[in-house]
Amino acid sequence: MMRRNSLFYLNLGFTLLVCAFLIFPVILSVMAGVTENFFQGIKSGVTLRWVGEVWELYADTIFLSLLIAVACLIADLLLGVPAAYVLAKKSGRTARIIEETLVMPIAIPGLAIALALIITYGGFRDFRTSWLFILVGHVLYTLPFMVRSVLAVLSSFDFKTLEEGAASLGAGFWQRFFTIILPNCRSGILAGSLMVVTLSVGEFNLTWMLHTPLTKTLPVGLADSYASMRLEVASAYTLVFMVMILPLLIALQLYGQPKDVGRSKQAASGDGKALT
Amino acid sequence: MSQTVQPIDIRIVDCAKTFPDGTRALEPLTLQIEAGETVVLLGPSGCGKTTTLRIIAGLESPDPGGQVLFGEDNVTNQPIEHRNVGMVFQSYALFPNMNVEQNVAYGLTVRKMAVEKKNRRVSEMLEMMQITELADRRVDQLSGGQRQRVALARAIAVRPRVLLLDEPLTALDALLRERLRVEIDQLLRELGITAVYVTHDQNEAMALGDRIVVMNQGVVAQTGTPRDIYYKPSNAFVADFIGTINKLRGTARKGRLQTIGGSLPWTGSDEADVEVLFRPEDASIVLLNKAQLRGRVAASYFLGDRTKVLLEGMSEHTIVVETAERKEFAKGSEIGLIIKPDALMKLD
Repeated sequence: MMRRNSLFYLNLGFTLLVCAFLIFPVILSVMAGVTENFFQGIKSGVTLRWVGEVWELYADTIFLSLLIAVACLIADLLLGVPAAYVLAKKSGRTARIIEETLVMPIAIPGLAIALALIITYGGFRDFRTSWLFILVGHVLYTLPFMVRSVLAVLSSFDFKTLEEGAASLGAGFWQRFFTIILPNCRSGILAGSLMVVTLSVGEFNLTWMLHTPLTKTLPVGLADSYASMRLEVASAYTLVFMVMILPLLIALQLYGQPKDVGRSKQAASGDGKALT
Repeated sequence: MSQTVQPIDIRIVDCAKTFPDGTRALEPLTLQIEAGETVVLLGPSGCGKTTTLRIIAGLESPDPGGQVLFGEDNVTNQPIEHRNVGMVFQSYALFPNMNVEQNVAYGLTVRKMAVEKKNRRVSEMLEMMQITELADRRVDQLSGGQRQRVALARAIAVRPRVLLLDEPLTALDALLRERLRVEIDQLLRELGITAVYVTHDQNEAMALGDRIVVMNQGVVAQTGTPRDIYYKPSNAFVADFIGTINKLRGTARKGRLQTIGGSLPWTGSDEADVEVLFRPEDASIVLLNKAQLRGRVAASYFLGDRTKVLLEGMSEHTIVVETAERKEFAKGSEIGLIIKPDALMKLD
């Protein structure tokens, strides 16, 4: 058993203090969402009335956020996974330049991306006013995370040799892609997917610029409610958002690290014995 | 469980390889590998041996003009997946997303073989490689030796036309390498399959090859049986690369070869400056008064079954001999050698 000295307890105390500092506002906010009257405090009674009101007022934003997140994930899977595969396979400078270009949206403020989209495509009225316009922004913003995640897992194992092995056994390109590459990239794809959905559901910067009164997502709705609703409704809305995003964040913590494929347990020792 | 596939020969005609960055990996190479033969491509890294194997496999295409033929079938423009080759890699290349059984079955699954027949073939292969009990293990639960057995089973399960092995033992430790080498040898003989084996390890090459192709800097340095290569090296590179070789320099006159360490009987013609080679095992340490050559001990290494002695003053180069005598050799002490008369080799 490890001996714990005073330094340990000092550390622990400080850590707990910081956690409390961060979590207290969250708890307060959640409480506000279920309190009858915030200014009278919790003793005024606990209620789900505000949550119900949020549902009435903002249900469409929740569904739109979910729709966009799912569509964004599908688009990222279809675009990002093959892109990562090609980038991992090509070693030339062109491939590296494309990789950097793909990752660039991370470094550019969402507002700037949104502005660029509006300048370029804002003229297409039907497109501008549909939720697809927001989707494009989200895909631009989240695609790098999917590509990065899949690239990371691809670089953790020698997929080129695996593919050569599969090819020597008679597997054509698509067979190799679906039976060897994709299954071995599973952890990276999963991590990337969680990241993409989380980011898409919570995205505000871009979306705020891209939305129209008829295409409001949850975070945009939140901003709206903070500006115009009573505090209890805004808090209840925040509560709804947290209920949606927390499971995603927890899953991201659990599965967010792409695992190394095949390299995990090199049973090099005991080789001789294992064979007899 | 004998394989009924008729072995075929492999012909490589004028195959050169220049990589996109301009590196010339292989000068035009023409090589005939007989049906059922095991040919070992041997050489230091960068000699072109792996490139040659990859050209045979279909993983690289030769520069225009080169051709690869399997029997009468010109496979030059066929991608690897249509060539029906079995390939074994240094890094095993087992699929981590499948267990042992699924790995072995992969080629058969790809060929859409009926389940029953496939299962029978797989268990036959597992039995042949003595890994039946590993059937449902995951790949990362296997040792290196077990992995390579699975890889071998997987490669031969599809009854390939030729078997290509790319340094299959290099990643294994010495003891296991020896054991698996014997097994591969037996396997190749049992299958009677045409096999091309790439290695940089001369012991592996000697033990496994019906013929060895020694390569250096993209060209074939010598082709021959292991004995040919060892006893009749056709150039300095082969002599140096295979085994240990000693060099003597001297003047040949009237049936004697005079060197700085003494003189030897000489059957060749008179020459003012001649270089001859001999293998360590062809020299024996004798009493000084019976010696043909004399020198001093520069160093000696006790290896257990024998002692390796390095001698100076006998030639411009250090001379290496080995003896099974249980004697210690003090540094600086004088030593006499005689060399078997037919052991001297002269390069053209």
